[in-house]
Amino acid sequence: MTSLLTCKDFLRELNEFLDPGSTDPAARQELEKHVNECPNCWVVVDTTKKTLKVFKGMQASEVPSRIKDRLMAALERKMASRKPGGCGGGDTHAS
Amino acid sequence: MPEPPSFDEAPLVLRAKAGDDTAFADLVKHYERRIFRLAKNITQNDEDAEDVLQESFMKSYENLDRFQGNSKFYTWLVRIAVNEALMKLRKRKSDKSVSLDEQLDTGEDTLVREIAVWDDDPEQKYSQEELRSILDNAVSSLEPIYSTVFQLRDVDELSTEETAEVLGISVPAVKSRLLRARLQLREKLTRFFQRKGDDVFAYL
Repeated sequence: MTSLLTCKDFLRELNEFLDPGSTDPAARQELEKHVNECPNCWVVVDTTKKTLKVFKGMQASEVPSRIKDRLMAALERKMASRKPGGCGGGDTHAS
Repeated sequence: MPEPPSFDEAPLVLRAKAGDDTAFADLVKHYERRIFRLAKNITQNDEDAEDVLQESFMKSYENLDRFQGNSKFYTWLVRIAVNEALMKLRKRKSDKSVSLDEQLDTGEDTLVREIAVWDDDPEQKYSQEELRSILDNAVSSLEPIYSTVFQLRDVDELSTEETAEVLGISVPAVKSRLLRARLQLREKLTRFFQRKGDDVFAYL
C-alpha cells in the first residue's frame, strides 16, 4: 500500500522526523514510507539535514575587540567596587 | 570551527560564586560570542546588541548569588540577555520588530520552493570565511522570532523546553518556529550548496 500522507502532511511533521525519538513508531513508519516514495520530500529531508549539520559546526563570530574591551573594562570596574574597601579603581585584571 | 566540546562551565561557576572574578571573566570570554550573536539576532542592530551584551554580563555578575544551579549557567545567562534585548526593542519608538511572544499562524504555508539536490559535503566548496558569511547572512535575513529559536535550538543545542522557557513562549510555538526557520534556511542555502548541473532556476 502506498503512503497515505501528502507532502504537506509530511512537511508538517518534518521536525519529528529529523529529531529521532520524538515520534511513536507507527507514525514514524508512515513518515519513512512517504519519504522513501516521494523524491521531492527525500530532497527536502536530505538538504534540511545538511543545513543543520553545517550550522552545528559553526562557532559564533568573534566579538569586535572594541566591544570586548568596553565590556571587560565595565566589568572590572564593577568587580573592583565590590571588593572590601574597593573604591572602583581596583586592578582585578582577568588574565 | 567547531566549539570545543569539552567545556564544563560548572567548576568556573562555583568559583565565580565563591568570589573568584577571574573565573567569572573566563565565563564571559567563553560565552560572549554567543550572547552577542543572540543579541544581534533579536535586536537586529549592532549598537543595541553591544549594550545588551554588556548589560547581560553586568546583571549576571550582580545577581550571581541568586543563581541556584537548577539550570545551566548559560541558560540562565540567555534568559537575562533575552530580557535585555526585548527591553531594547520596546524602547524603540518606531519599532517594526516582532515581539517574541507574538502568536503565529500554524505554518500552513510551510515553505518549500527549491527542490534541488545538494553536494554531499556542501560546506567544502567554500573557505571558512566564505562559509561563515553565507551562514551569517542566511540567519540574519530571517525574522528575529525564527533566527532566535534556530540559534538556541539548533546551534546552541538547548532543549525545546529550555528554549521555550528562556524566550517565554510555549513549546508548540518553539516547534513551529523551528520548522519554519529550518525550512527557510534550507531554501536560502540551496543556491550556494546545490550540486553543479542542477539549475535551481530551471523551472522559472
